[in-house]
Amino acid sequence: MRTLMTGDEALARGAYEAGVAFASAYPGTPSTEILENITGYKDIISEWASNEKVAMEAAAGASLAGARSLASMKHVGVNVAADPLFTFSYTGVNAGMVLISADEPGQHSSQNEQDNRWYAVSAKLPMLEPSDSQECLDMMKAAYDLSEEYDTPVLMRITTRVAHSKSPVSCGERAAVPVRPYVKNVAKYVTVPSLAVKMRVKVEERMGRLKAFSEKTPLNYIEKVSRADTVRDGSRIGVIASGMAYYYAKEVLGDGASYLKLGFTNPLPDALLDEFYTLVDKVYIIEEHDPYLEQWVKSRGYSCIGKDIIPPYGELTPDVLRKAILGGELEGPAYDRSVIIPRPPALCAGCPHRGLFYELAKRKNTVIAGDIGCYTLGFADPYNAMDFVVCMGASFSSGHGAQRVFTASGSENRVVGIMGDSTFFHTGINSLIEVLYNNSKTICIILDNRITGMTGHQENPGTGKNAAGDAAPEIDIESVVKALGAKNVASVNPNDLKAVRKALDDAYSKDGPSVIITRWPCVLKRLSAADKAEFGADVFTQKYGVDGEKCIACKMCVKAGCPALSCVSEKIKENSGKMKIIIDQGMCAGCGVCAQICPKQAIMPS
Amino acid sequence: MTKGTVKSILLVGVGGQGTILAAKILTQGLMEAGHDVKMSEIHGMSQRGGSVSSQVRYGEKVYSPVIERGSADLLVSFEKMEALRWLEYAKKDAKAVVNDCEIMPMPVIIGSAAYSGGILDELKARIDTTVIDAADEAGKLGNPRVMNIILLGAAAKLIGIDNLDWDGIISANVKPAFAEINKQAFKRGTELCAI
Repeated sequence: MRTLMTGDEALARGAYEAGVAFASAYPGTPSTEILENITGYKDIISEWASNEKVAMEAAAGASLAGARSLASMKHVGVNVAADPLFTFSYTGVNAGMVLISADEPGQHSSQNEQDNRWYAVSAKLPMLEPSDSQECLDMMKAAYDLSEEYDTPVLMRITTRVAHSKSPVSCGERAAVPVRPYVKNVAKYVTVPSLAVKMRVKVEERMGRLKAFSEKTPLNYIEKVSRADTVRDGSRIGVIASGMAYYYAKEVLGDGASYLKLGFTNPLPDALLDEFYTLVDKVYIIEEHDPYLEQWVKSRGYSCIGKDIIPPYGELTPDVLRKAILGGELEGPAYDRSVIIPRPPALCAGCPHRGLFYELAKRKNTVIAGDIGCYTLGFADPYNAMDFVVCMGASFSSGHGAQRVFTASGSENRVVGIMGDSTFFHTGINSLIEVLYNNSKTICIILDNRITGMTGHQENPGTGKNAAGDAAPEIDIESVVKALGAKNVASVNPNDLKAVRKALDDAYSKDGPSVIITRWPCVLKRLSAADKAEFGADVFTQKYGVDGEKCIACKMCVKAGCPALSCVSEKIKENSGKMKIIIDQGMCAGCGVCAQICPKQAIMPS
Repeated sequence: MTKGTVKSILLVGVGGQGTILAAKILTQGLMEAGHDVKMSEIHGMSQRGGSVSSQVRYGEKVYSPVIERGSADLLVSFEKMEALRWLEYAKKDAKAVVNDCEIMPMPVIIGSAAYSGGILDELKARIDTTVIDAADEAGKLGNPRVMNIILLGAAAKLIGIDNLDWDGIISANVKPAFAEINKQAFKRGTELCAI
């Protein structure tokens, strides 16, 4: 019986079948669903960590204590987790430990593209790259055996299309893997310089043994095709690929090439490469992102075609490959695309970030440091309320640096940093310490929507629930902020524009640090009993409508940027000039921001 | 170059319309009918009212989960302008089922662009297009949210896979309380394409 699974689901299943007993992660597209699915396996202790570094560290500790463990994260999360990763590579494991890195070619939901295969090289780790969901499951099991046999954490590297594509999977049973005994071993696990220099040598020896493994493992194999059409212009065509790129190559070239399919990609199999080159003459290296395999092939003295025809950026879809290799594209219907209007993502109707951005957009001499979350959309029309975005937790600290320079150079610019609740717990708390300790007048705003929103509603240290949805200690942001020493702290309902204005006025009037916490739930959140008690059982149920007699079509309300609100010329005509603005009653979530903006009191509860 | 005959169905719409569930049920059904299947979707930030797509491919042996431009056999669009946006992914002789629904993108809401008229005519001129008012039909069934399953039923009929055990597949993929209305929605979708 085969089950349809995404790569993320299959990785979770693989962890379960491999006997994993502890898993930790911080949500991030496209990795989030790995831990979400693991929470369904009750034999595994599964936790949301406050960030990727502590997820990695918790998984390392679980391994040292004798349990097979896992940490999963998106590509940029590995940057955060890199410190423990590099050192854990030195000590090695007690029970097996796997780090899953989900890279995002095409940046569908990310601030950058990065090729995390280099982390395997740099941290000296074995690396696996599955191509579909079945391989995700199978390779997880292989990864734990490898981790224990070679005494090393293992990097499992996937990409968005592997993570979020469904394909059929045959599942097995959970292996009975008892917790290994814990034995204190200072020489192996305490990384003081005198001991770590010895570990360093062992790491190199381990890489040598892993190289031999890479040559013989069935994870790397040659698919020799002897058909006539594999020869073009007198050359036998070959393809070297790993991960999803392998299937893209098969899609475009099919049986028109021989393949070196690589599932184990650090260290790479030199002898297998030599063998492949005895079978083929003209070789394409088909890979997304950097010329990782290509540099290896070239370092072995072979000629190949790779990044000279395949872009190092964006998604490598079959379209891109077909054009690059075969020089053509499949043709669809020809039509006029000029009438198509872009549909960028937008803050939802009822989003609690709207009120804040509406007010911030009006402030003069203001530089806004953004962060990573739905609220990054504040950069766009109609708010245009963001100046720069660096990475998770950077808004307060990058804002602080900017404020220092503005002030020192006589600029009147006031810097406002914006981040969400989950981002605050991630690394934002460190950034706030930076602001407070250095007595910066940066205005720090925490948008507490009571959940980790953009990745699809994961619990966090502020929500009062854990990954399994059970009650957990709730860390109160206002108390944390005050405990750190912030003096000017205001908590406001962001849907109350007057309160938002007052909090901003107060903060702008201060010469030292200010913190504003906007507290209202995400409109998509499944409300808890505590939420209903705090925000009202009827929150989001009110609808607003427009009084056509009062509306003067000034369009002030559309500056709220609400998708429920529209001003459509055809519909205005149909209503013979009476109804100027329309509010979609299905979408309206009753935040009332538009009603507060309307200068004619034409918008009211319907 | 894919082995045997592989067919591709592209489901598109606006984040929040239920394209992912429809695609999931469709793929599940195709797998249970004995096909090799792959399905791909993008989630994350694009959920927030942006343009979304779910891609379903099935046949003897499917390699890529991603549909190339000019290669979809069927385009299922939950919103009119999205049909036009994604039309370039359809084959020249593909079929389309399009929901007669307009959702205003932000540039229209803030008045910097106008939602184009005549989209359905443009579609019909380019490709074999069936237009369904799925919201109206869902309303008649008593739950506006089953719009996606009505469109799924229509799609299944158009591509000739309406004879699978869809009642069973739907029951296995939705909450028990909603199984009956979703089965009715699927049936209604097939009827709308039979006319």
